[in-house]
Amino acid sequence: MTYYVILEGVIAFFLVAGGAFTFIGSLGMAHFRDFYMRLHGPTKATTMGIGSTLVASMLYFGVIESQPVVQEMLITLFLFITAPVSAHLLAKTGLHLQLRHADKTRGKPVELRKEEIGEKPVPHPDKGHG
Amino acid sequence: MLDTALWISLALILMALALNVYRLIVGPDMPDRLLALDTMYVNSIALIVLLGLWLNTKTYFEAALLIAMLGFISTVAVCKYLLRGDIIE
Repeated sequence: MTYYVILEGVIAFFLVAGGAFTFIGSLGMAHFRDFYMRLHGPTKATTMGIGSTLVASMLYFGVIESQPVVQEMLITLFLFITAPVSAHLLAKTGLHLQLRHADKTRGKPVELRKEEIGEKPVPHPDKGHG
Repeated sequence: MLDTALWISLALILMALALNVYRLIVGPDMPDRLLALDTMYVNSIALIVLLGLWLNTKTYFEAALLIAMLGFISTVAVCKYLLRGDIIE
């Protein structure tokens, strides 16, 4: 009896933590100022939140209901593999489109040449005179 | 206790979805809207898991799996379109 009460408390904790992390991730995405800052919220906090919610579901269905938890495992695995890949692609898209960013966001896209960001072009070292 | 936790989690995820819709409408550039959509499908998976816990059934978890796969693929497709101007070259 006590075992089930403790287990229910653990499941409730994971549910509330998952909801809170999801909300914090979306709050960061809605609140931050430029795209590269906004990318942080969903890719980290939201992944953590969905992980917590799925752990709660796994505990509920696996321990209390004694059902297999294959689907939750698959969803967790798939989301945790694909979240960094889509974040990388989104960051690459943002760099490619040269989005406006706040002054505090440091670093320039490495694939852009000097003349593309409004500076004097650098002559190729092999030519010698450009 | 589980009942209250479910309601709290549902309220938080619904607020997160409202914030995603805000960013989807306001978002100044295309990648912002894409990021909002990407977050939205993850949040909808959380919503489906909560529905499964509420109804005490696992029927809808396959739908969640499908949403996860197709959401990732559509994000990659739109990213490739924005990067290269074409999806399959």
